Amino acid sequence: MLTVEGLRSRYGRIEVLHGIDLHVDSGEIVTVVGANGAGKTTLLKCLSGTQPVSGGTITFRGETLTGVPAHRRPARGLTQSPEGRQIFTNLTVEENLRLGAYLFTDDRVEKDMGDAFAMFPILREKRNLAAGGLSGGQQQMLAMARALMGRPSCLLLDEPSMGLAPIIVQQIFNVVSGLKALGVTVLLVEQNAFGALKIADRGYVMETGRITMEGAAADLIADPRIREAYLGI
Amino acid sequence: MPELLQFLFSGVTVGAVYALVALGFTIIYNASDVVNFAQGEFVMLGGMLTFVCHAAGLPLPLAALIAIAATSAIGVAMNKLAIEPARGAPVVSLIIITIGASIFIRGGAQLLFGKQIHSFPAFSGDTPLRIGGATILPQSLWVIGGAVVVFVGLWLFFTRTLTGRAVLATSNNRLAAQLVGINTGFVMTLSFALSAGIGALAGVLATPITLTSYDVGLAFALKGFAAAMLGGMGNPKGALAGGFLLGLIEALTAGYLSSQYKDAAAFVVILLVLFFMPQGLFGQKSVDRV
Ligand SMILES: Nc1ncnc2c1ncn2[C@@H]1O[C@H](COP(=O)(O)OP(=O)(O)O)[C@@H](O)[C@H]1O
Ligand SMILES: [Mg+2]
Repeated sequence: MLTVEGLRSRYGRIEVLHGIDLHVDSGEIVTVVGANGAGKTTLLKCLSGTQPVSGGTITFRGETLTGVPAHRRPARGLTQSPEGRQIFTNLTVEENLRLGAYLFTDDRVEKDMGDAFAMFPILREKRNLAAGGLSGGQQQMLAMARALMGRPSCLLLDEPSMGLAPIIVQQIFNVVSGLKALGVTVLLVEQNAFGALKIADRGYVMETGRITMEGAAADLIADPRIREAYLGI
Repeated sequence: MPELLQFLFSGVTVGAVYALVALGFTIIYNASDVVNFAQGEFVMLGGMLTFVCHAAGLPLPLAALIAIAATSAIGVAMNKLAIEPARGAPVVSLIIITIGASIFIRGGAQLLFGKQIHSFPAFSGDTPLRIGGATILPQSLWVIGGAVVVFVGLWLFFTRTLTGRAVLATSNNRLAAQLVGINTGFVMTLSFALSAGIGALAGVLATPITLTSYDVGLAFALKGFAAAMLGGMGNPKGALAGGFLLGLIEALTAGYLSSQYKDAAAFVVILLVLFFMPQGLFGQKSVDRV
């Protein structure tokens, strides 16, 4: 579904992605784990078109994304839930969700909103409140729900667990693993390697802008090098 | 009593012009957090271009339409040439760029149109209407009506249309707006076109009363900005209320004290309001803005 080949990206003169190869197949949950600063966010920003690419190709559902501006990518089925949530703080929870479905005007928007509220009941309770007043965990739920309102076939998730209490992290990872049943393919980027690998089918390990290991998630969790470097075991 | 009514009439007329300018500020501010100090030049261009087209023999309505369209195009060009290339710069830098653009437009107008004062005929004649012992010009009613119509139109635009919501979303979080599929570049283009068009409309409506010349823009920009701040920057309701309030304060001060004090009185009130309500009368840069 999504194929990345030799992807390079830079901030000014400093290259931070030095040729990334990865692929995500339809129906999979794939995770990219790595330490802070490895380049995970930059990778997702390249995929969503909000960060310039300096080399390599991105192919999504058989078409290249080169030259496709960021605002056209959701319509192709590729939606990013960005690092730091980036919700519309001045708007209400419900308005945030409606904007998630900006591309759609049909009846399914209402139904999708119902589904989002079923997925995260707390959002239904707070639907008329300004999103900026939500707690960190609730904002993360809103960011994910808003992305899902865009009916992605592939969801790009950037560190949904960042800064959240373990119990909330668990809840969010449960929802992510449930997306499979809804037919949404997921590329999940995480520092929380253990949590991410537990729900993923396959994983990649990223270090300073390069993929250093890849394999089935279960194998990676069992790998002694990973256990030492990322799982603290 | 007729005296008070007379002052109110003139206050509401001037206030409607300020409100239109303030509404223009509101749109660009909503889309980009930029206070566009070239807003006053759009007012000047609206009046000046209408004069030029009318003097060239075009009927007044057509001349006005051309002036509004041309000013919108100038607004779009300003965004493309001056604002967009500086995207990512701090808002303060962008505001300084708009001041530069306003100086550029004023200079261009001076070169093209000269330094003379111009006007064109009022739309519905110059015979004052008598109401309750006071008089009001038919053109004043055009100005007031224009402000109200533009306000209602904008209010519907921001609250009822998807594109209006896209503008609000872009102002709140440009990155997130792109990620839900909003073409934020287009939102900026649209905002400048709308703002410039509304500014030009203010110039078209006001010029038969206020006259125009290449350098009227600065005063409009300052008064419109003050009105927008008074009402709460970014809120169409605030722009309308702030504009009328400012106009009334000026007219009453000029009438009962002296016209020398009218600007001072207006700014004292604005400072007081902002001291006690820093967000302006309708401020609350939050949910109820929508
Ligand atoms: N806006 C930026 N400007 C300059 N350098 C950046 C910027 N964002 C990230 N970087 C650098 O790029 C590298 C990768 O960062 P990032 O993609 O955010 O990593 P991760 O998401 O894995 O923590 C880091 O060295 C970081 O310092
Ligand atoms: Mg990151």
